[in-house]
Amino acid sequence: MAEQIADAVADACTTHDANPANLIQILRAVQDQLGYIPEEAQRLTAVQLGIPSARVYGVVTFYHLFSTQPRGRHILRLCQGTACHVAGSGAILEAIGRRFDVRPGETTADRLFTLETVACLGACALAPVMVLDGVYHGHLSEATAVRILEELTDGAEGVPT
Amino acid sequence: MTDRLRGLAELRAIRETVIARRAQFDKRISVCNGTGCRACGGTEVTEAFAVELAKRGLDRSIELMATGCQGYCQRGPLVVIHPDDVLYEQVRPDDVPRIVSALERGEWVDDLLLEDPITAEKVHLRSETRFYAGQQRTVFALNGEIDPTSIDDYISHQGYHALARAVHEMEPDEIIEEITRSGLRGRGGAGFPTGKKWRFTRDAAGAVKYVICNADEGDPGAFMDRSLLEATPHAVLEGLLIAARAMGAADAYIYVRAEYPLAVDHVRKAISDAECYGLVGEGILGSDLSVDVHVKEGAGAFVCGEETALILSIEGQRGMPRPRPPFPAQRGLWGCPTNINNVETLANVPPILLRGADWYAGIGTQTSKGTKIFSLTGKVANNGLVEVPMGASLRHIVFEVGGGMRPGHRFKAAQLGGPSGGCVPESLLDVPIDYESLKEHGAIMGSGGVIVLDDSTCMVSVAKFFLAFTADESCGKCVPCRTGIRAMLDILDRITRGEGLMEDLPRLRELAELVQSTSLCGLGQTAPNPVLSTLRYFEDEYVAHIADHMCPAGVCKALIGGYRIDPELCRACDQCRKACPAGAITGTPGQPPYHIDATVCVRCGACVEACRFDAILRGPSGDAS
Repeated sequence: MAEQIADAVADACTTHDANPANLIQILRAVQDQLGYIPEEAQRLTAVQLGIPSARVYGVVTFYHLFSTQPRGRHILRLCQGTACHVAGSGAILEAIGRRFDVRPGETTADRLFTLETVACLGACALAPVMVLDGVYHGHLSEATAVRILEELTDGAEGVPT
Repeated sequence: MTDRLRGLAELRAIRETVIARRAQFDKRISVCNGTGCRACGGTEVTEAFAVELAKRGLDRSIELMATGCQGYCQRGPLVVIHPDDVLYEQVRPDDVPRIVSALERGEWVDDLLLEDPITAEKVHLRSETRFYAGQQRTVFALNGEIDPTSIDDYISHQGYHALARAVHEMEPDEIIEEITRSGLRGRGGAGFPTGKKWRFTRDAAGAVKYVICNADEGDPGAFMDRSLLEATPHAVLEGLLIAARAMGAADAYIYVRAEYPLAVDHVRKAISDAECYGLVGEGILGSDLSVDVHVKEGAGAFVCGEETALILSIEGQRGMPRPRPPFPAQRGLWGCPTNINNVETLANVPPILLRGADWYAGIGTQTSKGTKIFSLTGKVANNGLVEVPMGASLRHIVFEVGGGMRPGHRFKAAQLGGPSGGCVPESLLDVPIDYESLKEHGAIMGSGGVIVLDDSTCMVSVAKFFLAFTADESCGKCVPCRTGIRAMLDILDRITRGEGLMEDLPRLRELAELVQSTSLCGLGQTAPNPVLSTLRYFEDEYVAHIADHMCPAGVCKALIGGYRIDPELCRACDQCRKACPAGAITGTPGQPPYHIDATVCVRCGACVEACRFDAILRGPSGDAS
């Protein structure tokens, strides 16, 4: 794992000119590689860019997109924007929570998927909406959302997002 | 595409080539491939058309075009047949063969035509559908008309002609004068006059200047910027290049949300194609103007829509706003004078230069010019993007273009301007919408989100929803925003749990005013608006929660005793049992009545939604007695 982390950080820094102004892009590239941003990756990034670790940690914890914890094989992003809220996305969140025993930001015990909530996916006319591994699912009901996730257990491999 | 263009003559030549090529086709099939339509299978439908046309040898007479977002995402995937202007909705790949067969016979496929939400009649032509007929599409004129990944397509609709004018025929001061005279105001929220903003940056001291396109469309419920970037990325890019020319900037940035992957792709493609044509980079259109355009993706932070936070985010830092002044026009990106405009604002710039400030100033109201794109969502028949002249009424948007409310439901309010905005009640439906009128009534234009709420929406919950959002998105730098919003949220939380006190209402107002007047940036200054405006128009709902321990809309769970089934009305159709996520409902199909077990019921209300006979009543859980 240590080698994998070092490679991911080195790759990301090289692609983005090792420029601290590109820190957000570098961290995204690291997360794309590793699925999350472990502490060691943060430390190495700071060293490679010649900036304090605190600045890297500050950025990682500021933006919603970054995760410091390992994530599931699939990434579910359930929209909780206004249109989705009014259309019942809160009940869908609860239904998924009940069925899979998972709360926003958490990963299921079997690491099947990570449940993330997002403020708006910009697909409001399809509310309620979720994005599973980059694929949009609209006009959801509690039952359809749960069913789509249940179908994941069939062993389909996820796409890291 | 390595031919660098030098001026209007070459742009016109491309335009004529595209028009001539298009004239070889008898018909065009446009399939929407925006994010919304893709979610419903737009890509598969496009592929099915390609296969079908090739199979029948029609690919030389019928052109197939994958367009960007057409704004009527709810009905996607959308297919339009040109030049007939026939609109098909919710098309599946299986429908494709019969659409093509009908096309060959010169007929329509009736069951795929749109049904009017009010008259329930099938409408043949797109221009006659309620949704499109009530609009005046100026900024959106090309959405659905061009392939967003083709720069030639954009040029064929006079694309980059305005840039050519700006580069070869106009001095920077003349451009700014033209924009000022047009009356264009910022579409991102505050409505600051664009010409004035450009003037500040142009006049600021400093050799290095920057222009930024703010595509961090964070307001939940607003998606016009996504649509514009997906469908006409070149229009936004052209506006940005004209801005760079007007203010003397050699570097331009587009800061776009990571949540919009398709928009990011299209913008990147647009920039690289424009570079090949010499429209971006060194010596634009053979002049001495040089502008490099960079894309920066965000990483999910609502506050980065605020100018100073956005600048820090581009610099690779935490996006925490700083006090203004100095304004970005004086000290912005890397400490240099910087101008930031919203996507929709920039998309308005090319038409203004092409058709003139007088034309533009002729649209709209006294103080607000041009058209505005609203994203209409919520409990209204038609959901989608609606472009209307400033000064149109909310009634026009909701009841004409939007097709009114869902059957059996009553309009309660429209929430405008997202987490920074407020709600507009039924009594104000006829007020002409512009920046000033909305402010006067306690809402704001914001980025143009219109969320329609009906009798099934609890206004206290709506206010709580927005505060929960702003509390979560507060960057934490200043105390009033970090702590004040949280304190207000706690009060609302208690009220929705049925533990509110009457003295909470004056306390909420007091806190709201404090947070408004003392927060550092727009996020905190406007966060209390949803609370203040719901208190202003729907105080009775707050009182019902506090004094009567009742949620009139039946949303707040703690205030719903539970559900019971009326044995007289129950038809034993089994729908409620299927819908219940907790397994609280028992019964046998065909043998009414069904029963709800109060100890198992989670009070989600799914059974009420599922019941077609209104047999499920609110009240103590269990059986009706």
